[in-house]
Amino acid sequence: MRYQFQFDAIWPYADLLARGVWLTIQLTSIAAVLGIALGVLCAMGRTSRFAWLRAAVGVYIELIRNTPFIVQLFFVFFGLPSAGIKLTANEAAVLAMVINMGAYSTEIIRAGIEAIHRGQIEAGLSLALTRLQIFRYVIIKPALEKIYPALTSQFIIVMLGSAVVSQISAEELTFAAQFIQSRNFRSFEVYFITTFLYLLLAIGFRQVFKLVGWWAFARR
Amino acid sequence: MTDFTLWDILRNLLLAARWTVALSLIAFVGGGVVGLLVLFMRTSRFRALRVATTLYIELFQGTPLLMQLFLAFFGLGLAGIEVSPWTAASVALTLFASAYLAEIWRGCVEAIPRGQWEASGSLALNYIEQMRYVILPQAVRIAIPPTVGFSIQVVKGTALASIIGFVEVTKAGTMLNNATFQPFLVFSLSALIYFSLCYPLSLYSRRLERSLHVAR
Amino acid sequence: MSLVKIEKVEKYFGTNHVLKGVDLEIDAGEVVSIIGRSGSGKSTLLRCVNALETYEAGTIVVDGMEVNPQKTDLRKLRQKVGMVFQSFNLFPHLSAARNIMLAPMIVKGTPEKDAAALAMKVLEKVGLAEKAKSYPDQLSGGQQQRVAIARSLAMSPAVLLCDEITSALDPELVGEVLKVLEQLAADGMTLILVTHEMRFAREVGDRIVFMHQGKVWEQGPAKEVFYAPKTPELRQFLGAVTQEETHHTRRVPESESRALSGVEISHE
Repeated sequence: MRYQFQFDAIWPYADLLARGVWLTIQLTSIAAVLGIALGVLCAMGRTSRFAWLRAAVGVYIELIRNTPFIVQLFFVFFGLPSAGIKLTANEAAVLAMVINMGAYSTEIIRAGIEAIHRGQIEAGLSLALTRLQIFRYVIIKPALEKIYPALTSQFIIVMLGSAVVSQISAEELTFAAQFIQSRNFRSFEVYFITTFLYLLLAIGFRQVFKLVGWWAFARR
Repeated sequence: MTDFTLWDILRNLLLAARWTVALSLIAFVGGGVVGLLVLFMRTSRFRALRVATTLYIELFQGTPLLMQLFLAFFGLGLAGIEVSPWTAASVALTLFASAYLAEIWRGCVEAIPRGQWEASGSLALNYIEQMRYVILPQAVRIAIPPTVGFSIQVVKGTALASIIGFVEVTKAGTMLNNATFQPFLVFSLSALIYFSLCYPLSLYSRRLERSLHVAR
Repeated sequence: MSLVKIEKVEKYFGTNHVLKGVDLEIDAGEVVSIIGRSGSGKSTLLRCVNALETYEAGTIVVDGMEVNPQKTDLRKLRQKVGMVFQSFNLFPHLSAARNIMLAPMIVKGTPEKDAAALAMKVLEKVGLAEKAKSYPDQLSGGQQQRVAIARSLAMSPAVLLCDEITSALDPELVGEVLKVLEQLAADGMTLILVTHEMRFAREVGDRIVFMHQGKVWEQGPAKEVFYAPKTPELRQFLGAVTQEETHHTRRVPESESRALSGVEISHE
């Protein structure tokens, strides 16, 4: 059985793929920024004095971490309209991704904050710094440095997971691929190239994050 | 349009859950076996094997699971193999699991202090004997929590198999949603089923991790 | 014929020239203590003898076998050469007895019953027969180190290498380990120790080897080298060491403190 691979059947659609890549990057970046912000808020909630707040955040985290992203996505996209909230595919995608990223970021951020040795805080206190000053000058930078690898890993995981939003017709990379193969019927070639593009994105972002990390956390 | 009662919906989802569990088990066990193989190649003396398996792991960790499923579904057919959604999903998830498990286990082996290698080496044990009698027994103990933790990812991964037509909980949910137009209910119940599968695993993994640290 | 012959051995760690041409010969039954400042290459040299480290130039021959990590049958070599480590490195998942039985059983093929008997024998020798079934985390540091010594002894090595085996122990536990070594020495075991325990080196050792800047700087019979060091570097080293020893909170018997400072102490 001979199969002729026809990779050049993809070429006419290159700009579609490019646009898909761009949307993937945009969706992930927005979701990451908002997701981390949500993560910081939830991390504070998780360590708050109020038991109800800790519990509420805990429930949120466990729900998201123990259910598949695609189900969360469908819930947001198909479910919210019946509550009167109509979202476009891209909006629903970002919302679901933010909720997802937020849950995972919370744990990462909380771990980072708790990893700061108590002695650091005590030193700050004995130097008469206020709690807020301690947070700003003693805790944040070392904590960020510690969680940077985990957080950037999570970014890439979310980016790879964004392939799923194609299923609600958000026109990112996977959607572009599905569209193309419905036109030229070259399923394998299309998905092969698309997979390669995702791999490039993952490797590319990892490198960029590494460089940014070196620059940001350089000992000066 | 027939009327679906709450029970109808739940029943259909639960029936579909059988396939979620089945696929998860296949992928996890199969992934474990292949993962062990990959682990030994990854830590072997031969550079070619090490490089090949590093690339293998990079590939599966650097691409979306959905793409892996698509490639299995559309790619295997080209090689002349009869590809049902079952086959494609099983193959893709097994390989996916093998790559992640191999990396997790490699980390555990590398966590064993060098002194253990040196002491057993000084007693004239060779590599296989060192692994079998000294290193792996210790590595297995610390590998259990993250391995159980990863099983959760496998269960969640089966949800993507719905996209290539495999009928499990998510696919059943989509179909039920189309039939009943009750997305909140349908997807909440779907989520609940996944939650009841994954949450116990989460708790177990965390309990294992805690008892591990207490024992140290 | 020397048991261990080290000739012109050189070793680099990257660009760091750690061993700069070491010559040393050790006869069977000798107890040799290698002393020197940290960074002088003492531990590195020891680890080259049982091929835990490679070396770039020179030769090491143990009991007629050349030590060359590429060519040598390491299995055979390491049955002749045993090693005890500063951090004990007992296998945490095995009991004391099992720690000892493991190598004889799987390397030498000793049947389990015989290995168990052997384990009891060596445990008795180090005074820990009653701890046979205990696990490492149930033993004190000194006990763990004695089990480690027993573990190496069970393989009947021709020479035992001891890499600062008391440095990680609380002071009050050091004595029990040194007592075991003394007994081994009396039984005729060839010992090469890297150590900071000067009193042991002086009283139990036959020869002291002082290493400095990656070479054997000075060596000689234990008591001679101690009381009449020839090179200024050794004099400085011993001076620093004896100062530290007399300031140590460890109670030093009067006869010993007299000998340490080489001066008659008038007793108040």
